[in-house]
Amino acid sequence: MSVTTIKKNITSDISGAIQQTVNSFPLLKEKRNEAWHTFQQLSMPATKNEEYKYTPVTRLLEKNFSFPTANPSGHLSTLQDFSIPELDANIIVFVNGVFSQEHSSIFSNNSEISILTMEDAIVQQTEVCLKHLSAYIDLKADALANWNTAAWTNGVFIHIPAGTTIEKPVVIHHIHDTRNGQVVSIGRNLVVLEKNSAVTIVEKFDSIGDANHFSNCITEAVVAEYAELNLYTIQNDSGKRFQYGLTQIHQADSSRVNTYTFSLNGKLIRNNLQLTLNGEGIESHMYGLYLLTGDTLADNHTVVDHKKPNSFSNELYKGIMDEDSKGVFNGKIFVRPQAQKTNAFQANRNILLTDKATVYTKPQLEIWADDVKCSHGCTSGQLDEEALFYLRSRGIGKETAQAMMLYAFAAELLDNVKHPVIKRYLDNVISERLHKNF
Amino acid sequence: MSNDNQVLEEFTSREYEHGWTTDIEADSAPKGLNEGIIRFISAKKNEPQWMLDWRLDAYAKWTKMKEPTWPNVHYPPINYQDVIYYSAPKKSDKTKKLEDVDPELIKTFEKLGISLTEQKRLTGIAVDAVIDSVSVATTFKETLGELGIIFCSFSEAVHNHPELVKKYMGSVVPVSDNYFAALNSAVFTDGSFCYIPKGVRCPMELSTYFRINAANTGQFERTLIIADEGSYVSYLEGCTAPMRDENQLHAAVVEIYAMKDAEVKYSTVQNWYPGDKNGKGGIYNFVTKRGLCFGDHSKISWTQVETGSAITWKYPSCILKGDYSMGEFYSVAVTNNYQQADTGTKMIHIGKHTKSRIVSKGISAGHSQNSYRGQVHIMKRAENARNFSQCDSLLMGDKCGAHTFPYIDVENKSARIEHEATTSKIGEDQIFYCLQRGIDEESAVALIVNGYAKEVLNQLPMEFAVEAQKLLALTLEGSVG
Repeated sequence: MSVTTIKKNITSDISGAIQQTVNSFPLLKEKRNEAWHTFQQLSMPATKNEEYKYTPVTRLLEKNFSFPTANPSGHLSTLQDFSIPELDANIIVFVNGVFSQEHSSIFSNNSEISILTMEDAIVQQTEVCLKHLSAYIDLKADALANWNTAAWTNGVFIHIPAGTTIEKPVVIHHIHDTRNGQVVSIGRNLVVLEKNSAVTIVEKFDSIGDANHFSNCITEAVVAEYAELNLYTIQNDSGKRFQYGLTQIHQADSSRVNTYTFSLNGKLIRNNLQLTLNGEGIESHMYGLYLLTGDTLADNHTVVDHKKPNSFSNELYKGIMDEDSKGVFNGKIFVRPQAQKTNAFQANRNILLTDKATVYTKPQLEIWADDVKCSHGCTSGQLDEEALFYLRSRGIGKETAQAMMLYAFAAELLDNVKHPVIKRYLDNVISERLHKNF
Repeated sequence: MSNDNQVLEEFTSREYEHGWTTDIEADSAPKGLNEGIIRFISAKKNEPQWMLDWRLDAYAKWTKMKEPTWPNVHYPPINYQDVIYYSAPKKSDKTKKLEDVDPELIKTFEKLGISLTEQKRLTGIAVDAVIDSVSVATTFKETLGELGIIFCSFSEAVHNHPELVKKYMGSVVPVSDNYFAALNSAVFTDGSFCYIPKGVRCPMELSTYFRINAANTGQFERTLIIADEGSYVSYLEGCTAPMRDENQLHAAVVEIYAMKDAEVKYSTVQNWYPGDKNGKGGIYNFVTKRGLCFGDHSKISWTQVETGSAITWKYPSCILKGDYSMGEFYSVAVTNNYQQADTGTKMIHIGKHTKSRIVSKGISAGHSQNSYRGQVHIMKRAENARNFSQCDSLLMGDKCGAHTFPYIDVENKSARIEHEATTSKIGEDQIFYCLQRGIDEESAVALIVNGYAKEVLNQLPMEFAVEAQKLLALTLEGSVG
């Protein structure tokens, strides 16, 4: 008996999709074509690839998507379902990768902040944008980053001049309307903070409809001396979202960066968060929480690269895996030979609620400087029986007791959220998820 | 700082103490590897057909495999056809008594500080001395024999206990496990075999001393330890090798099989020639060590002190299959000059209530790179598994590197896993404290390093602990980061 199967070659399919948009910006023609070629050379990562060992992104895309694809046009009647309540913010909305003027609203003064769509920024030949775009991301190893670089269609360019503090956060909504079929969006954002400026940015991913959808979104941020960036990523979409994200942050002397990644729902979530600490006196905090149920797979790969002396980085990622979900964490800390007196800390804590849930964690320290303080710790376990018993002996029901403990576990991350309105919103979402009713 | 550099320089210029060769006529195979060579080795050792078949099967598998590239080490490609796979010291006839052993060989051991006669009398350790791949003398065999313990060279075991060898060889480390294990399975020349019968507690520490001697000789030994129900054995392995300019290949396999309630403690001090201060020469040490806790309540404990070898690739592992079984790994790895070490462990939890503990201490100096790579894998049915891992790195100087790659894979909710790692240097305040108490800088470093590694050194049997401490002090004294 012979069975002939025509194996889909996803790399060439995606490559075909890239071809359609690779030449859409004459100014970037060279860069995009180069990325396209690199993508073909690297090909989509197999699970043999150490970076994708536990995350079969290629297989999942192969199984659930067909490339090339034309996105159906999206329509959004109201943003209300997706917006963060009571948050006074600048709002930018993309529906199926297309900028939606209708739902976007910029309140901050033009002199304070310049917010353009990436398309406009390139067409208008915005100098700062062209200077920093793709300047810091590493395109040598990751096929998906090259895919994005070669094929992105739109995104946001944010430029904050020196000495400006933007009070109102900037919220970027990435919404997929899949009522008319599968959606694939390739987005690219760039945030440039000049000296002594500050801003809070929220990226939020949502959808309508129930077809499969995929987003490949890269955000680059350049943080100059004494500037401060707070970056929130909220991933609480339906179980049909497949998502690859890369956030590359380049920090100069004495800058501050806080990132908050909340992965609450989706089918496949892959976050690459990379911080390059290219200066002295830098302080960086990375916080992450993944609450997974169903068959969600959330994979957080973070890199902190200490290139200069006297900087500080701290990372805290926590996860609760329920049902069949799978959590993956890889935290790399590099301390280069010049980066003496570096302090770098990392912790990853996990709770498994069922025997079908799994967690794969790999903290990784690579240190070439001797006068440093670095540590990492990671744990995995279930809720403490004795603590549960204590609560129950006080007349608290089993489920409530469990919810209390899970909430307390997650709350450590909420405590670090600075913005009060965003904090309240996240608190509500998380409480609801953990059935907190006390 | 200048003072630091000075002591660093002094210490990096230290020559290898055990650098000498013994002039024993060797009986060698021609360079290269093919089926003919394997048949030659097998014939030389008078092996039965099944053994030859096993080797040929391993060779066939090896030719289809690729050398692993994932370790964090760099070396020029090895030409496997440029290695002599068999070299045996010539012997006039079968040696029965210690007195009949080649006097040159006895001197060799005396230089190493393990004179057989002396050891036999004073320390009560049975030494199965392996020099260039063939066991020359086995002591205390009779004493052990009375208890039913079999402790002999691997080739003897193939002849005298084929049923045990057939049953257990390759059961823990399968032929096709990895590139170097397959190579070893095809060409291994000798090694040690040990069987502890039911309920027997081995009254002495069993020990082998491996050395690489003749130039261009790869050494491929194989150790198999079988601990039957309720037995206990502590096994020591030590290595020193003379100075050689060309890189020498060393690919050993150690298998431990522990049945119900059995306990095996395996200790290693490894001090192969690490190459000179410019990174020239040195041993390539690619070792596969694995223990299987097959029965319930069994325990395997690995302790290693790694100070030598140009390149170390070694992951002594435990497969915890029996319920309530326990695995331990204690390691001190020291790298200096251009040494590279990628070492760690794997703890595979399969049985219920299994426990493992990992304590790894890395020390890097000079231009060396020291990596810890470990995996803790809790399988689905491993209820209530428990793991504690700690891997600390100490850096001396700003040209070396320390890396940790711990993999933690948990598939059972009741598992409790803790992992922690730190990286630091010897504090100036610690040195200062010692100085003001009248302890000079070199002694202070030795003191601090020994304190740092104490947790692991404490696990070593007495005789080894002394040697290990000396080795640490020798390799590292005077190097302040």
